[in-house]
Amino acid sequence: MSGSNNGNSQNGNGYRIIGSRPVRHDGVDKVTGRALYGADLRLSDCLHGKVLRSPHAHARILSIDTSEALASPGVKAVITSADYPETESKIIDLGEGPAILKDLRANLLADGKVLYKGHPIAAVAATDPFLAREATKKIKVEYEVLKPVLHINDAMAEGSPLLHEDLHTDSLGKKSDKPSNVAKHLRFEIGDIDKGFAEADEIFEREFDTAMVHQGYIEPHNATALWNADGHLTIWSSTQGAFSVRAQTAGILNIPESSIKAVPMEIGGGFGGKIPVYLEPIAAMLSKETGKAVKMTMDRDEVFESTGPTPGSVIKVKIGVKKNGKITAADASLAYEAGAFQGSPVNCGMMCIFAPYDIEHVRVDGYDVLVNKPKTAAYRAPGATNASMASETVIDEIARWASLDPIELRKLNAAKEGTVRADGLAYPRIGYVETLEACESHEHYKAPKEGSFRGRGVASGFWFNCGFKSSVTVSVEKDGTVRLIEGSTDIGGTRTSLAMQLAEILGIEAEDVRPMVVDTDSVGYTDITGGSRVTFATGLAVIEAGKKVQQEMARRAAQLWEVDASDVEVELDVYRSKSDSSKSITFKELAGSLDETGGALSEQASVSPQGVGGGFGTHIVDVEVDPDTGKVQVLRYTAAQDVGKAIHPSYVEGQIQGGAVQGIGWAIYEGYHYNEDGHMTNANFLDYRMPTTLDLPMIDTILVEVPNPGHPFGVRGVGEVPIVPPCAALANAIYDAIGIRLRELPMNSTRVLKALLKEKGALPQGVEA
Amino acid sequence: MKTYLKTTINGEDKELLCEPRQSLLDVLRDELELTGTKEGCNNGNCGACNIMLDGRLVNSCMVLALEAQGKQVETIEGVADTEGLHPLQEVFLEEAALQCGICTPGFILSAKSLLEKNPNPTEDDVRLWLAGNLCRCTGYDKIVRAVLESAKRLSESPQSEVAS
Ligand code: FES
Ligand code: FES
Repeated sequence: MSGSNNGNSQNGNGYRIIGSRPVRHDGVDKVTGRALYGADLRLSDCLHGKVLRSPHAHARILSIDTSEALASPGVKAVITSADYPETESKIIDLGEGPAILKDLRANLLADGKVLYKGHPIAAVAATDPFLAREATKKIKVEYEVLKPVLHINDAMAEGSPLLHEDLHTDSLGKKSDKPSNVAKHLRFEIGDIDKGFAEADEIFEREFDTAMVHQGYIEPHNATALWNADGHLTIWSSTQGAFSVRAQTAGILNIPESSIKAVPMEIGGGFGGKIPVYLEPIAAMLSKETGKAVKMTMDRDEVFESTGPTPGSVIKVKIGVKKNGKITAADASLAYEAGAFQGSPVNCGMMCIFAPYDIEHVRVDGYDVLVNKPKTAAYRAPGATNASMASETVIDEIARWASLDPIELRKLNAAKEGTVRADGLAYPRIGYVETLEACESHEHYKAPKEGSFRGRGVASGFWFNCGFKSSVTVSVEKDGTVRLIEGSTDIGGTRTSLAMQLAEILGIEAEDVRPMVVDTDSVGYTDITGGSRVTFATGLAVIEAGKKVQQEMARRAAQLWEVDASDVEVELDVYRSKSDSSKSITFKELAGSLDETGGALSEQASVSPQGVGGGFGTHIVDVEVDPDTGKVQVLRYTAAQDVGKAIHPSYVEGQIQGGAVQGIGWAIYEGYHYNEDGHMTNANFLDYRMPTTLDLPMIDTILVEVPNPGHPFGVRGVGEVPIVPPCAALANAIYDAIGIRLRELPMNSTRVLKALLKEKGALPQGVEA
Repeated sequence: MKTYLKTTINGEDKELLCEPRQSLLDVLRDELELTGTKEGCNNGNCGACNIMLDGRLVNSCMVLALEAQGKQVETIEGVADTEGLHPLQEVFLEEAALQCGICTPGFILSAKSLLEKNPNPTEDDVRLWLAGNLCRCTGYDKIVRAVLESAKRLSESPQSEVAS
């Protein structure tokens, strides 16, 4: 395998465009500062909105007095949850899962109770952002402060303060009698778990505790809304899904979806965190109230405290194994923080925790637990990283116990085509074993480990990937270029990965396609950019529309030659008459003759594909631990992943590198830090420490290509898998370096140093381990 | 009370009134509509707002607009010229050194200032200099490679633009 840059993709496999590395279509705008992100929008006569947020983690609101704020200079409107229109409670589709409307509304503007520090209470519109902010300080709120619930174990304990007095546990389909902070208890089970453990020679039982982390996109949330006098509402925002903005806003405000046009601006990162709306409905209400456009942007501390991070968790894992390393049974219990409202991704964690393994007897329990922290949201393979931290470090322990190489042990137990996962699904063709083999034979894995306090770790991970719905329109221009209209917001180069698929089908160049992401009025329904689905699912829509264009072009050629359409054959961009070899015309020439053959040519396709290809990755990491400070330095990193087929290898490598680095941050730096009052004490980029250039080596990638049978080019989603293995890989490497198993995240300097001191019996008195 | 500000932005003289509390970032974006300079944190931690002030790399969110009085400001809008993109911009595109692109203007300004001081940086030099710019999408690999490649290209080109 060879390739330019540091990735290894086999090219020259019969494709012209796929597997090549053209410059992205939106590139020039992005390197010159011309691309318009949400906050860059400038509308005339626009007001600015600001939100008043709760200073308490848990409190009852006794009264709100907005009169002084309303009388402040420049202020045009102040709203609270009392200004919400009436609506009945229902479930609305968020894109990556359903949401309870009542909760969505109460999360956007508190209703009676505040449930986390930063919970919005009221919003102000004023002529200037500064005046809006000043006015929020004049809103008087009386609180009855309550004790916050900050850890899963406390939330689940008997007698814990309750976040929602009317919430009863839905336990395996039955409602609990008493109210509780546990919204759901779910279970997956295959085989006979007791029998499985009875067959084991040894049983490993371990417990893990991981901190809440944030997606950390660099662009803060923003939204601008204009509620026009004709009743039409236009919303411009940074979002992973314009149609989802429309659905959520329509639900919250109880207006028809068709009265809203959602315009997706360029988006400065999302990773799952820009699926829920936070500002859009508020800006809309302020606009309705004032009759003017209202723009809102968040500050960084608002992003940390008031948007949806991904849950911290408490996970118990129990694995039974034979002396030869064969796993006989696996049992796990996962409790995930939902935050202030129910709906953590614990179910995904449950499906992923043992996903890489073929185990006959499996049981997985999951608990969705409310705590006084922001309502959690998706973050790149939501739920899977926590789960993998637990299972993959126990797997490492088992390998050492069985005196097997950790990759050998994984191969011995690896899931393959036909393996049934705990939730009952049987895998189609997957490429897990291939990622293990790729790592095993990689130079990194064979390189000798040198130096003290240095170690190497390996871990694997899985993510499903999604299908959902996508629509595109393809129109042929007279000069033979092609317009590609799509509704999938482009976070990391998907305009180009879609344009390339169209170019491949039509036999033209990637540069001849002009991809455009448009608003909800201008394209068919398209679900969110999430679940690693765009290149796969929107790609399928592109392929279908491309084939329709090709067919219609053939018909036009037939018309031109006055032959039957069945007489025309197509090879790449050349259309030929089968019966008369003198008749042939290129796509470009034919495009110039559209007017003579019936006019404009435009084709549409909407898809809702099955055949999603799940993805597996295996990562290798070398670390060095500083015994004096506990600091973990990543020395070398290699990530292998089954990507199905890399359409644009550079952007596939980029997804893997970016995901791996977010995972490294999660492993050794990041985590919400709370004081006793439930205030996040590190709500800024200095104290919430994300990896920088200085913390990292290059991230080597190995693109393993086991085609997904559900896509003509074999595409699998690639964006999410790479965040799954790093935490466990780092934990395993740290063990290799210092001989101590860390089972809490983050494994930051403090935690590592304490572990080292405790091991030596040198932990100073009064310091908690 | 608004105060008179005269400053030079990308070679053009600008005169305007601004509030003494306004940061240079606010004035660039809100008063001059130069929105290529991005806000990620507004407290000096992310580098998305990086610009050059009299040849020095600064976080424009940490500089008061009035500090630019009589000075030369260079923003992302001034990096490309009528001849075309700057080599850094070209290489960022070729090497796929951006995903969402929100950090890109800041990285290009930072990298440009590095190459002006140190035309032949090592990987460690690049990593140290860019440590003040956060990117959450790329894992930095392709950014670091792009800066190293730009340095190579700039030092190979006959009339190096670096010195200008
Ligand atoms: S916005 Fe200035 S450093 Fe982040
Ligand atoms: S490309 Fe998205 S933050 Fe750097």
